[in-house]
Amino acid sequence: MLKILTPMMRIIEVPMLALQRKIGINRLAWAFLLPNLVLFGLFAFLPVILNVFYAMTGGDNVLLADRPDVGARNFAQLLDCSNHFDPNSCREDKFWRAVWNTIWFVVLQVGFMVGFALLTALILNRDIRARGFFRSVFFFPVLLSPVVVALVWKWILQREGVLNAFLDWTGAGGINWLVDAQWAFGWSVFISVWAHMGFYTLILLAGLQAIPRDVYDAALMDRASAWRTFRRITLPLLSPTMLVVLILALIKGVQTFDEIYAFTGGGPGTATTFIIQYIYERGFAGAPRLFGLAAAASLLVAGVLVVLTLVQLRISKENADG
Amino acid sequence: MKKTHLLTTALAAGLGVAAGAAMSQEIRFMCYSDGNECEVYDDLLTRFEAENDGVDVIVDVVPYQAILENLPVQLAAGTGPDLAKVTDLGGLNEFYLDLTPYVDTGYWDASFGETLNWYRNGDRQGYYGMHSQLTITGPFVNATLFEQAGVDMPGAGASWDDWATATRAVTEATDADFPMAMDRSGHRVAGPAVSYGAKYFDADGNGSFEGFDAFAEAFVGWNEDGTMARDVWASQGGSTYADAAQEFINGEVVFYYSGSWQVGRMDEQVGDFFDWQVVGSPCGPAGACSGMPGGAGVVGFEQTEHPEVVAALIDFLAQEEIYAEAAARTKNLPAHLGVASAGVEFQDASPAAQAALNGFAGALPDVSPIAFAYQGYAGNRAMFGITVERLSQAIVGELSVGDAMMRASSDLEAAMAEAD
Repeated sequence: MLKILTPMMRIIEVPMLALQRKIGINRLAWAFLLPNLVLFGLFAFLPVILNVFYAMTGGDNVLLADRPDVGARNFAQLLDCSNHFDPNSCREDKFWRAVWNTIWFVVLQVGFMVGFALLTALILNRDIRARGFFRSVFFFPVLLSPVVVALVWKWILQREGVLNAFLDWTGAGGINWLVDAQWAFGWSVFISVWAHMGFYTLILLAGLQAIPRDVYDAALMDRASAWRTFRRITLPLLSPTMLVVLILALIKGVQTFDEIYAFTGGGPGTATTFIIQYIYERGFAGAPRLFGLAAAASLLVAGVLVVLTLVQLRISKENADG
Repeated sequence: MKKTHLLTTALAAGLGVAAGAAMSQEIRFMCYSDGNECEVYDDLLTRFEAENDGVDVIVDVVPYQAILENLPVQLAAGTGPDLAKVTDLGGLNEFYLDLTPYVDTGYWDASFGETLNWYRNGDRQGYYGMHSQLTITGPFVNATLFEQAGVDMPGAGASWDDWATATRAVTEATDADFPMAMDRSGHRVAGPAVSYGAKYFDADGNGSFEGFDAFAEAFVGWNEDGTMARDVWASQGGSTYADAAQEFINGEVVFYYSGSWQVGRMDEQVGDFFDWQVVGSPCGPAGACSGMPGGAGVVGFEQTEHPEVVAALIDFLAQEEIYAEAAARTKNLPAHLGVASAGVEFQDASPAAQAALNGFAGALPDVSPIAFAYQGYAGNRAMFGITVERLSQAIVGELSVGDAMMRASSDLEAAMAEAD
């Protein structure tokens, strides 16, 4: 292997040495970073800049050159409300319905998901029978495509679905789950928790296994109860991992779109329409295509996500610093 | 010697390929199918290729969603196909190739009449699209359920209320789940809404929801009292399309309001399961008994590098003999007046399907001029979407009917302001 690599490295070494002589060793790092910077600039940074321009323009033309400058009008339209808690009082009521749906969804989904993930991780951390099998079972839904998750649950919950067939068989009578706003929202939360919980369980499990065993041994010697051990040892030592999980789940929750869109289409009415679906519909699915409004809404969401990401980065840094 | 021979051959082959490439005119046709349309066009266009040396027509079969969502973006970016089968007839007008210099406009006027206007918009009043597939909305009725229930089917001129009463009686007497169902589509409610008094245009000819309230009240009421299958409109969000064809095929719905393009599916999937028939659109309090015309057409795009070939291709498909064959093979109602007046013997259609298609064709004279104009209105896609979104919100109780209509009007105003 070395026989092949050495001549190859010599070939690369010649231009690299020449480059180093020309730009100096300190600037050489930029040369190594350049391919990644170009790709990042082209596919991440440039679209963000373009998005800002789109947000400041109006009309339904795709090409920026053909779009009239409207300043902050799109933002003003989105934020124009006499009472932000009542979407009906807002000019862009569907945006605010989507905002409130997203807030409620994130609160419930993240709350339940982190809670159940912690519970599952605690159980899977114990010396139970077939532990490997159960770990796989809880992780399996994470591997499924969001559309598959949505279609499977739609098949179960539709009017003539599996669940109603079972309820009819028991004599309880079926419910039209996807036509009732509360049920549809509730099932959306449940499905999202079911689909993503395994990932967070895995992170928490890793966190639990990183807690030194001797701390528990000491608690045992002090005759601490299981609840006290959990509250005074497990939770505090797991809290850095919990915070990372919480922030990741929050970001993912705000970005929820694909599986719920395939599951309910955002209905009934706007009961399960979340902010990303609103952006998609304004920009791409409706007529006329309101790219400006969609871009403005996506910048507002990006602002929220940037704050959440900064919090996560800070927590990660604090954890790393010990 | 061998080396020289090989080199000469390679050069000759290279020159041949280059010459072929220079002579060949590749035409890309973006097509979607409701049934077998693209397959039939692909076959018919082999004859066009045989008549036109060097022309290679590639039919790109895409999902309908791609026509609605991807094609407009491609056209705006200048990367669209040479021609396509579209349904947003007036909405994409700015991209259309004007066929006027290339076709016999007298023949086109005589053959396609009013449908030519559907493709025109504003100052662009040329010849743009060949309406390949004329559709009309209307109801399919499960005749077997009526017979089992011993309820008389309402006759010609019956109102929406008559049908609602009759189908409720049938549902009570049989195992059917829903008296009525209507596709979740702004296009589908347009005919009934006109029958209830919707004007769809203001005095200046701009889109409007004036007069839509009466139908909205009735429709929301039917969804609330169980006359309409609530699942169809309430179990979706946004302006997503949903139909109730499967429920009708399963014998769960007595009266299903959809359109002529569903005949093939009914013919194929209902089979001997029950007797079904097409009846004319019921009448509303405004006096009209209107369905909504529509369909799809083939248009060329200005950005093509071969405008003459594209125009010749569309003109080829517009010729009476070819058009008649396409209509017969695809089981679509003809928009070509010559073909329509001669009558079409639909290929492999059962007597029920043939009767249904004739029934839909017979309902065309009842189409209100408002519905006809609405189909050609460039802003109708926006209005269809707004109708679905706001009516759905009223059905699920997020908005009152009055508020929903107010929101619909302000949505339309905003959409038109942006589109201008």
